[in-house]
Amino acid sequence: MKEPPIATFAGVSWLTAASEHAKHVDDVILGLVGTSVAVILFLGILTSVILVRYRSGSRAKRPPLSLATWKIETAWTLGTLAIFLYFFWRGAVLYLDAARPPPGAEVIDVTGRQWMWDTRYPDGTREFNALHLRLNTPVRLVLSSEDVIHSFFVPALRLKQDLIPGKLTTMWFDPDRTGTFSLYCAQYCGSAHASMIGKVTVLAPHEFDAWQRSAGARTGALALAPEARGRELFAKFGCARCHGGLNAAGPSLAGLYGTRVRLSDGTFALADDEYLHEAILHGRKVAGFAPVMPTYSGIIRDSDAADICTYIEAMKTAATP
Amino acid sequence: MIASEQGDGPSYLQESTVRSWLGTLDHKRIGILYLFTITFFFAIGASAAAMMRIQLAYPAAGLVTSDAYNRLFTLHGVIMVWFFLIPSIPAVLGNFVLPLAIGARDVAFPRLNLASWYLFVGGGALALYSILVGGVDTGWTFYTPYSSTYSNGHVMAMAGGIFVAGFGSIATGINFIVTVHKLRAPGLTWFRLPLFVWSIYATSIILVLATPVLAITLTLMALERVAGVGIFDPRIGGDPLLFQHLFWFYSHPAVYIMILPGMGVISELVACFSKKAVFGYHAMAFSILSIAGLGFLVWGHHMFVTSQSVYAGVAFSFLSFLVAVPSAIKVFNWVATMHRGAIEFTTPFLYALGFIALFTIGGLTGIFLATLAVDVHLHDTFFVIAHFHYIMVGGGVMAYMGGIHYWWPKISGRMYPEAWGRVAAVTIFVGFNLTFFPQYILGYLGMPRRYWIYPEQFHTLNLVSSAGALVLAIGYILPLIYLPWSFFKGARAGTNPWGATGLEWLAASPPAEHNFRETPVVTRPAYDYPPL
Amino acid sequence: MSKAGALANAPQFGSQEQRIAANQLGMWTLIATEILFFGGLFLSYVTYRVAYPSAFAVGSRHLDYLCGTINTGVLLTSSLCMALGDLSIRKGRTRALAGWISATAALGAAFVCIKGFEYHEMWRDHLVPGFRFDPSVSPQVELFVCLYFIMTGLHAIHMLVGIGLMAWLLKLNAASRFSERAHEPVKMVGLYWHFVDCVWIFLYPLLYLVPKL
Repeated sequence: MKEPPIATFAGVSWLTAASEHAKHVDDVILGLVGTSVAVILFLGILTSVILVRYRSGSRAKRPPLSLATWKIETAWTLGTLAIFLYFFWRGAVLYLDAARPPPGAEVIDVTGRQWMWDTRYPDGTREFNALHLRLNTPVRLVLSSEDVIHSFFVPALRLKQDLIPGKLTTMWFDPDRTGTFSLYCAQYCGSAHASMIGKVTVLAPHEFDAWQRSAGARTGALALAPEARGRELFAKFGCARCHGGLNAAGPSLAGLYGTRVRLSDGTFALADDEYLHEAILHGRKVAGFAPVMPTYSGIIRDSDAADICTYIEAMKTAATP
Repeated sequence: MIASEQGDGPSYLQESTVRSWLGTLDHKRIGILYLFTITFFFAIGASAAAMMRIQLAYPAAGLVTSDAYNRLFTLHGVIMVWFFLIPSIPAVLGNFVLPLAIGARDVAFPRLNLASWYLFVGGGALALYSILVGGVDTGWTFYTPYSSTYSNGHVMAMAGGIFVAGFGSIATGINFIVTVHKLRAPGLTWFRLPLFVWSIYATSIILVLATPVLAITLTLMALERVAGVGIFDPRIGGDPLLFQHLFWFYSHPAVYIMILPGMGVISELVACFSKKAVFGYHAMAFSILSIAGLGFLVWGHHMFVTSQSVYAGVAFSFLSFLVAVPSAIKVFNWVATMHRGAIEFTTPFLYALGFIALFTIGGLTGIFLATLAVDVHLHDTFFVIAHFHYIMVGGGVMAYMGGIHYWWPKISGRMYPEAWGRVAAVTIFVGFNLTFFPQYILGYLGMPRRYWIYPEQFHTLNLVSSAGALVLAIGYILPLIYLPWSFFKGARAGTNPWGATGLEWLAASPPAEHNFRETPVVTRPAYDYPPL
Repeated sequence: MSKAGALANAPQFGSQEQRIAANQLGMWTLIATEILFFGGLFLSYVTYRVAYPSAFAVGSRHLDYLCGTINTGVLLTSSLCMALGDLSIRKGRTRALAGWISATAALGAAFVCIKGFEYHEMWRDHLVPGFRFDPSVSPQVELFVCLYFIMTGLHAIHMLVGIGLMAWLLKLNAASRFSERAHEPVKMVGLYWHFVDCVWIFLYPLLYLVPKL
């Protein structure tokens, strides 16, 4: 499980940055480290001078301060605040960027369960405790958990996202460095938490294609793509009976993904994975329709719901099913 | 001030029957009862930590199994947080010093005070029972659905113990709030209060307002475990994140329960051993209150990667930066207090210096974690472990040790051996940094928390950390030897061996049963040291 | 009672006034704690009510609306009795106090009994989550019912404590410990009782009136 070290110091291999985002995070960390070292040096030297000069019994003069206390207090309060606000801004901008996937990012479903990672690719390939990525291609992971909370953590990407049972969560990234990077479960999940680790492999395009062919051949016959599975589940649960088109009991789902849905209480919701997952399992009240959708919570598993979401997403441009 | 001299009556330590101790209503004796109990719990929690550090010295050391390791870190967290850190300064030094420092004869409700201790011991007994019958493997955070559905540990007994001890904390908080409001000596106005009293007061408010939320949260989790279904259960539409919101609504303010009293103690130490009033007294008092207030609004920074709304994340990040400002101001004020003072390098002062250094590092690394995108990387890694140990151990425990040494002459009537005191203080400082500084780097490199085995590349730093823990252990054992020794053999301390201000130094050492023969009358501000 | 006598077992107080002021502040602080204790539950309620409004309406229909309404009346009346008891002891009327306190305790007990009857109905209708629950009922309705049991159960425990405190007051009163000037425990217990009543004033509409609002 060794990452390709970019530097080794005293037996410690330094951490690779495998995306643009990771480099930006490192920049902020470097700024924070620099500021911290400066503050610690300043306070350390100042305190040492004071300790020596004003030790009990020293002959240093101790006249009362001439400057008003409130001026000093105000100065260092505002100074501290200004530095803090700068870092707040840097961190918040990067965080918000990391929450907005670019359009057209490839979707990969990752399910966590005690104690493994279950990865499913759009072409139906499935693998465990591994994730293969194509260099310089943005991907969006749709994460679900089948039992307890897990957390998908790839230090080389400086990214981490919890997997919450009963919910879909997402993360995206754009790897710009080939290599094999560690994947950890960062949220304590029981006995084998420390063994819930895997590898993220970023391959150059031609290598990725080769891998895809061989891996697809291995598992393709057994597994269906999430979209195809979603289509099967859609039929199995009879979704089309109500979501089949005009004048049906429920809203049509073609072209729904990514649009804003008007709810019966007058508010709007964005039809993203989280919304659809919620709607599938618990139903949502959409304006213009009676709230007749039964609940599928406990009937449809989270990973199945993720596949149905993928299918609905694929219907973005398709006609009525 | 009217000085009441020695000869107020027999010392509070006079009566020595077990019955007189277990049935005492004297705030000083109750403080001593807490001192013994939390030292006992500290020993248990520290032993667990020692075993964890031995296990982590090598990538797959094989001292314990994964299940045993999971029980060790849960035990360490639960015992250290609820049965050592939270009661440490408030219940030991708060009980002993607070009434003395405000010129009162006791706390407002002495019976309730004793009841608090019994609740604490009862809760501790339940927690110990859960450890003895097999332990708990959920981590001190009890995240659902792991704790409610999947864990096979004795979660109920452990949660019950915390629940019971929590009511002890609430009772202590109520007692201190009322005591500070209603029992201050004549002339002791709010802005003449020593900062230690301010900090205990602010802490008590947090205890009273935050602890009940923990109680209800653990109750909900326990009910879910009993019934097999409950309001955090995702199968019926429940949200595990709601548990986290409720848990951190208590547990983030709880961090301030652990550090605010420490800030109060350090203010006393720095002023006394610089023989100078605390710089910016009003700013210090208000920063204590603003930390206590803002501390209630930042819990969401524990949840940046949980899929809570990113905009909530931005708001919580902003508030977390705000709460760091008063903490920074306090550090500047302590340094400014030393400026142009007459500094004496006694053991308590060494602890104060250690506190300022470690708290500064802990605070600065807290800024890393408040920075959203950086926290996404560092969350749930060893960086977080290092950060909160710098605050709670480097801050809280250093202040507690400093306070124990500072008030030891008042507590015992004897002086501790100064040379040994300094050796221990320096050993703890060195050992602490050696143990926890490498963990910052480990965290940045990506080592996740709660791993009983880890990949080879993290070995070197873990080994350094484990070696540091050995030094730290020696540092903690020393006072356990020389303090009891000095209780019997130490030189007698006068009423005021440090030449400190503060009403507690007017009472005899050790004080008589009801502290003061005549209630002192205060006419001057706190820290009224003569000009140098 | 002389000053020394009143404070004989409380040397920390300089005067009886100081003692009363301290006790009252203590009680208010305890109530602040209690508000936060119930606060966690109210927050959970709001979270899920917003998420599953229709399931909450369905769940609310499973409750016995009539019992809930009667209980609200019973509890408000008990608070009135408590207040009248406080009023009468201020005038030194200890017998009237005994009557009002007994009435408060009796109404409180009636409340708990009606609540118990409601629980019995839920058991009969297979609506006790985790123990006896109709699987055809939708999961979010089960969530509502969970909240119903936890919120009302915690409230009922507070009622039982309150009834115990009433018994304590009656015992003190029988021992002639109350007079025109010494009646502090009545006020303290009254504060607690009114607080528990206030909690119900929130619980009743939140749990029983969902489809009606």
